[in-house]
Amino acid sequence: MRESIIMKIHYGTALGAVVLVAVHILMRLSQKYSDSLQYQNVLANYHFLPYALMLEVVLILLSVHGFNGLRVILLELKQGATYERAINYGSIAAMAALVAYGSRTILMAGMGVS
Amino acid sequence: MATVSVPKSSEETTTQPSTITLRIKRSNPSESTEKTFSEFQVPVQKWTTVLEAILYVKQNLDHSVGVRYSCRQASCGSCGMKINGKPALACYTKLSELGTSIVTVEPMNNFPIIRDLAVNFEQLISNHKKIKPFIVREDSEITPGTKEFIQKPEDLEKFLQFSYCIKCGLCNSACPTMATDTSFLGPQALAQAFRYTADNRDQGKDERLKIVDDSHGIWRCHFAGSCSHVCPKGVDPAMAIQLLRGYLLGFRK
Amino acid sequence: MAERLSNREGIKGMANPTRYGIERVAYWLQRLSGLGLLAYLIGHIYETSSIVNGKIAWDKMLALTQTTEGHLILTIVIGMCVFHTGNGIRVMLGHGGVGVGRPGQPEYPYKAASLNYKQRLCIWVSIALAALAMMYGYSILMGE
Repeated sequence: MRESIIMKIHYGTALGAVVLVAVHILMRLSQKYSDSLQYQNVLANYHFLPYALMLEVVLILLSVHGFNGLRVILLELKQGATYERAINYGSIAAMAALVAYGSRTILMAGMGVS
Repeated sequence: MATVSVPKSSEETTTQPSTITLRIKRSNPSESTEKTFSEFQVPVQKWTTVLEAILYVKQNLDHSVGVRYSCRQASCGSCGMKINGKPALACYTKLSELGTSIVTVEPMNNFPIIRDLAVNFEQLISNHKKIKPFIVREDSEITPGTKEFIQKPEDLEKFLQFSYCIKCGLCNSACPTMATDTSFLGPQALAQAFRYTADNRDQGKDERLKIVDDSHGIWRCHFAGSCSHVCPKGVDPAMAIQLLRGYLLGFRK
Repeated sequence: MAERLSNREGIKGMANPTRYGIERVAYWLQRLSGLGLLAYLIGHIYETSSIVNGKIAWDKMLALTQTTEGHLILTIVIGMCVFHTGNGIRVMLGHGGVGVGRPGQPEYPYKAASLNYKQRLCIWVSIALAALAMMYGYSILMGE
């Protein structure tokens, strides 16, 4: 993939994440902070489908943006074909792993598997 | 009517030379990896430049100091070095402006050292060549039956500033990406890519954008602005790079 | 050997925020906050995953994270998040050529148009907003 496309994705995920993370934080502030973290309340958030879907989107946006940012930093620190290939594939793997792990929580909590 | 008078006070015309300590970083990679500092006491006037102080050392104290220079007027881009920790042209920096009694000069960072203060520009020149630093187009002004390419003053203004680059390498030395990325094109080459792309006589935009749209190309610039901070000619490489990136992001046509 | 001879400044030079003005400080803070936020994201996803193990596991995790130290870390995360967002928008617009000035005839003493007051103002506003958000967040977290 061309670097310009990757960086457009980087900017796009950043803008998307800013909006959705703001919603996510506002949800914490919609009630008393400590109450919002109570088990039943958090579970209720996951059971509410639009919110669960939003969490999934936030998870993907932040994982892509975060690991691409890390990839950029690592590519600038050291060079070499093998190293760069390892960094590129490693970032995609880390991205996928984090999305999978986070999705597992959203899915299981959303379906009431606990 | 303007009146020109001769200064009366002798104090105004003669300044007692003071002395500064000039610390020069010495190394010769072809012989050893050792790096040391040599210290010299140099008499200075208000107008003495760092280059003049180094040349005083060469003429009177130590002939073996390695330094590259040519024009002494910030036109050739030969005498770039780190002066008190920041990249600058030695011929363009007055000792009195630095405001310190100890002045340290070192070779520029991010360039291989030849000896002492002289560095190798091979990578800078090869990166400069990579971005096709010339007008790219099929036809020519000198073909019989053709006219010169028209360029209005406003067309010229779009790139003139960037054509003042003297390839001194200060921008590459200050760039944070260049500090670690050996494959990065660097602010000098990227700014020149914009200089030719913005030229209305040029038709090589797509070719150049392809070259800079690489994993070690334009996207490794994060707009830290250090290049523009040290540029001695007001070229403002940071601006050129952002404007060039505007083409890739669709902000410019 | 070859790399040593190249006289590159290395990570120390790249990470040194002094010497080149506030723009270089912003560059450094953007990197640092980005790395911090990625670390927090991983930690946060791990933290919230405890909900699938039931109420006891969730409460145990809360007891671990909802402490004074945990709140302090969260306050720093709030600051990093706000600065990274504010400065990130500035950088993104700058990358498109917005707010970086117009090419013109350079005149002595050659002040770079791209390092203009608008850019500097945006950096300071991002820092100020981050500080305000940290204070607000800290009051919310500690006010409980």
